[in-house]
Amino acid sequence: MDNQTLLKHLRDRFGDAILATDEAHGELRVNLRREAYVAVAQWLRDDPALRYTFLENLCAVDYLGRTPRFEVVVHLVSMQHIHRVCLKLGLPEADPTLDSLTPIFPTANYQEREAFDLMGIRFTGHPSLTRILLPDDWVGHPQRKDHPLVEEEIAFTFNQDRIYAQKPFAKE
Amino acid sequence: MTIQIPTPQEIMAPALAGASETMVLNMGPHHPSTHGVLRVVVELDGELVVNLAPDVGFLHTGIEKTMESKTYQKAVVLTDRMDYLAPLSNNLCYALAVEQLMGVEIPERAQVIRVLLVELQRISSHLVWLGTHALDLAAMSVFLYAMREREQILDIFELVSGARMMTSYIRIGGVAYELPADFLPTVDALLQVMPDCIDEYEALLTGNPLWLERTVDVGVVNAEDAVALGLSGANLRATGVPYDVRKALPYCGYETYDFRIPVGKKGDNYDRYRVRMAEMRESVRIARQAWERLCAMPPGDFMTHDRKVAPPPKQEITHSMEALIHHFKLWTEGFKPPVGDSYVSIESPRGVLGCYVVSDGSPKPWRVHFRGPSFINLQALTHMAKGRLMADLVALVASLDPVLGEVDR
Repeated sequence: MDNQTLLKHLRDRFGDAILATDEAHGELRVNLRREAYVAVAQWLRDDPALRYTFLENLCAVDYLGRTPRFEVVVHLVSMQHIHRVCLKLGLPEADPTLDSLTPIFPTANYQEREAFDLMGIRFTGHPSLTRILLPDDWVGHPQRKDHPLVEEEIAFTFNQDRIYAQKPFAKE
Repeated sequence: MTIQIPTPQEIMAPALAGASETMVLNMGPHHPSTHGVLRVVVELDGELVVNLAPDVGFLHTGIEKTMESKTYQKAVVLTDRMDYLAPLSNNLCYALAVEQLMGVEIPERAQVIRVLLVELQRISSHLVWLGTHALDLAAMSVFLYAMREREQILDIFELVSGARMMTSYIRIGGVAYELPADFLPTVDALLQVMPDCIDEYEALLTGNPLWLERTVDVGVVNAEDAVALGLSGANLRATGVPYDVRKALPYCGYETYDFRIPVGKKGDNYDRYRVRMAEMRESVRIARQAWERLCAMPPGDFMTHDRKVAPPPKQEITHSMEALIHHFKLWTEGFKPPVGDSYVSIESPRGVLGCYVVSDGSPKPWRVHFRGPSFINLQALTHMAKGRLMADLVALVASLDPVLGEVDR
């Protein structure tokens, strides 16, 4: 399997779902419409000529200041034909939702939960989209670029009373 | 039927409401056989595991986020802290991703040094797995034997980098320093004793009836489910799938080395054990080939000659003002890879370790993501342990070989 053959297969089958393609470092990257995402992934997995059965990587990137702001990056590997392909999904800031791959690739379960936890991407159809690395009561999604790096105000003598009053210390 | 991977809350909720006949038990986070800070919520019916859910995140240190505020070179030290039993593999994966992004040429000798060290790392990591796995099943002596040889390998790492574990030796563009003079004899001494040592471990375990009883047919997973669950490394190969990144998508010149990929049949604990033992033997073979190549090469080429990445040599800095300025700029400001992204995967001791780097053209990475094999492998625990005894779960966690630093990153 090589990039051009796969691209031809993809264009024949899902021509209108492909927004853009490029090739970098010998890897084919396909920008998809998010409506067609699961259908494309399922076809890549099940077509006997392709068999991209191994979902190697799923992660999200925050391109703050760009439209669409978020991008979900998926790497699929065909162990039979020794080839890797990269699918990219742009998601707008107002509605970072995407269909879940978990029903067809069980391995996406933790990776989607991680993308939800740290980047705030919502995967519809995920069986249990909860936080995985951070505590359940955490507010915000820290891998977003607009998440503040310093959360706590530093206490000095002049402001310590005000800061300590807000802290959840055990009070006498 | 799709494979279910429950969350801890899903298992605890019915028990807390008093609506279930089963008992829910917390194994961990501080349990000696969870190999780190892992909590497993187990639903038990007597001694049988009905359902279980791993609860992770206790060691989350935000490594990926922290990298975004370090320059590319400085982020290397953070990669050590993920999979702390195989820091050199992590260094290599990150370095390869950045090198691919920048299109840096790595000298042949640096590549051979990398291969040699990463294979030694694989042996040392598998030795920890072997020792702790046997220890979990109450075979104390194997642990002592395994640590004996691991010590020898850590001495080699100390020799080359000054550190035993957090080496940060593989840097972007090559390796950090020239090899010391007594490196080759020290490695030779290790490679000479290693095959006999592996025989020794196998003599203790392979045919041992107690070992067989605890490992054969425990935690069986078939090839189809293993691929669907994203298992990689020895866990995947034990099910009979001969997928190894070193052969499939070679890096660092692995295609020029002669080695085999051991595979299992059933995908039980015993197969995983056999595959890892065979992998150690193959690693010794690769390391020996790399050692022979290193002996034939003149010293010197350990870093790329691309001055965009590598600082000028010390003797040049003492003579040339421009070289001094360049060195200063490189270490204070860093280098600027072109805008773009790159993904590289390597075969770490635990499986497919991937690194995705996005550059916005500044000296700091815009985003770094690691595909930690331990994190993904842990998902298979529920599927493998359902319907087995609680005691098998201990053997199973050890057999999957997760490193919690990498799970939580």
